[in-house]
Amino acid sequence: MTHLSIDHVSIEFPTPRGPFKALSDVNLKIERGEFVSLIGHSGCGKSTVLNIVAGLYQATEGGVLLEGREVNEPGPERAVVFQNHSLLPWLTAYQNVELAVKQVFRGRKSKAEMREWIEHNLMLVHMGHAMHKRPDEISGGMKQRVGIARALAMEPQVLLMDEPFGALDALTRAHLQDSLMEIHAELRNTVIMITHDVDEAVLLSDRIVMMTNGPAATVGEILEIDLPRPRDRVALAEDPRYNAYRQSVLRFLYEKQRKVEDLPKRAASRAAARAEQGGARSAG
Amino acid sequence: MRLAFTNAIPLRLGRANRVEIPWARLVRTTALSMLGIVAFLFLWAAAARNIDTSLGQFPGPAEVSAQAANLFQEHVAERERERAFYQRVEEFNARRLAEDPNYQPKPRQYTGKPTFLDQIGTSLVTVAAGFVLATLLAVPIGIVIGLSQTLYAAINPLIQIFKPVSPLAWLPLVTMVVSAVYVSDNPAFSKSFINSMLTVMLCCLWPTVINTAVGVANVSKDLVNVSRVLRLPWLTHVRRVVLPGAIPMIFTGLRLSLGIAWMVLIAAEMLAQNPGLGKFVWDEFQNGSSSSLGRIMVAVLAIGLIGFLLDRGMLLLQRALSWDKSAILR
Repeated sequence: MTHLSIDHVSIEFPTPRGPFKALSDVNLKIERGEFVSLIGHSGCGKSTVLNIVAGLYQATEGGVLLEGREVNEPGPERAVVFQNHSLLPWLTAYQNVELAVKQVFRGRKSKAEMREWIEHNLMLVHMGHAMHKRPDEISGGMKQRVGIARALAMEPQVLLMDEPFGALDALTRAHLQDSLMEIHAELRNTVIMITHDVDEAVLLSDRIVMMTNGPAATVGEILEIDLPRPRDRVALAEDPRYNAYRQSVLRFLYEKQRKVEDLPKRAASRAAARAEQGGARSAG
Repeated sequence: MRLAFTNAIPLRLGRANRVEIPWARLVRTTALSMLGIVAFLFLWAAAARNIDTSLGQFPGPAEVSAQAANLFQEHVAERERERAFYQRVEEFNARRLAEDPNYQPKPRQYTGKPTFLDQIGTSLVTVAAGFVLATLLAVPIGIVIGLSQTLYAAINPLIQIFKPVSPLAWLPLVTMVVSAVYVSDNPAFSKSFINSMLTVMLCCLWPTVINTAVGVANVSKDLVNVSRVLRLPWLTHVRRVVLPGAIPMIFTGLRLSLGIAWMVLIAAEMLAQNPGLGKFVWDEFQNGSSSSLGRIMVAVLAIGLIGFLLDRGMLLLQRALSWDKSAILR
């Protein structure tokens, strides 16, 4: 049985000018412990795929199966790391993780075990020194670390990451990517990560799923990244296989699925993106 | 005066900011507010000399401060009379008890007229009761309709219709309903108190309902998604995610409501002859002595000052309750 299967998923959002088909027939099977990246141009519906797996959106056709059970509402076994960290600003890092742990392990862990588990997860993302600070007192990278700790603390079957490092500077991002690789090596979570950074995708993933441009976006190509772990970004920079993988992703994005940039088309795609956002808002 | 105060006070209260505030700025704001007050006093004095009414000349600052002192003196004198009365009663009882050991002392109530300060006290108690009652209703209603677009659509027209209704329109209805429903041989509260309180409540409910609903509806979608992924129960969701996020808007509503409550109360007391500051103003007006206008002017200033202090009190409460200490509070 496949661990996670995204089975012929299509989704339409209602707009004032009729339904907008954001995804069409997305098919993907993911094994336990696999690290999969979704890459594609902005507005292609990557986040929509993730939100359907998370249960935040409902697919119009098809569905998602986790361990053979259909997903139709959000739940902590499919923890989400949001792009903008989404920490509750009135709680400290510790309390943010605590909110999740108390909910998920209610009745299963004692108070002391919970405290230990919260601290363990914050240590894992190297936030032990600032666990009692509030989000507005720590940097963007640290907030994202806490967001990851919160998701990991739910002991999810699948970890869903929506451009987790998109808003960070390059150095912080590299640092967090390394942390994420360490954590993945240790915990072997199943991870689906959205990114539009080609290097990040090749460095972290077992497979890269490349999506075609919307509307009616779908899976274009799937690239297996057969590089030994642990991976080292400096050593890989000179590895010909690494560069070949990079090149094939780049070729897909900038040759096969090049965003057509002539003016009327751009206006149309922007309108479509707006429609998707509008639809997403009313659907969510 | 108001503007200057609003600038100066948060600066003095801002614990974290205190160090960063240049003294020059503080001195300047204080100086400017003093200047504003002095200029106002001169204009007032000049204008008052030129206004003659049937009750004599319009009171200027000097007359009003004299009347303020008078009112305070009357209060002290009244308290003294009250003390003396109870002392006499006690002495009388003691004497009777000495003559006849079986004597049962009768309770005797002092029946002096309430002073200006007593009236202020009554008004404050009434406004507090009405406002607290309104808050207890408005915040939960606001949260529920803020969370559900359906309920909001159903209730919003009612809010919009009742919001602009003047207290003077509610008052007769409230009075009649209270007389019909609130029947008790030994009432804990007087009817006039219940009337004023309910009128205040009906009028000051709306800003809190509307602002709470808006604050709740605007809680970040991402935070709501976090709550959904965690499958937080409804009550936890409200307590941990919705309420803290909506606190600034709730307090905006509460401050508007308290301002309205105070204004409504004075009008209601005046019209309904309920004890309080409004009745004081009305009685002085009916009294029509040469000092009446001065005394009414004292009441006007007292009403303004108390309204201002109530607003500051809410601001302090917001600071104490809000998680975001850095937010600019005005």
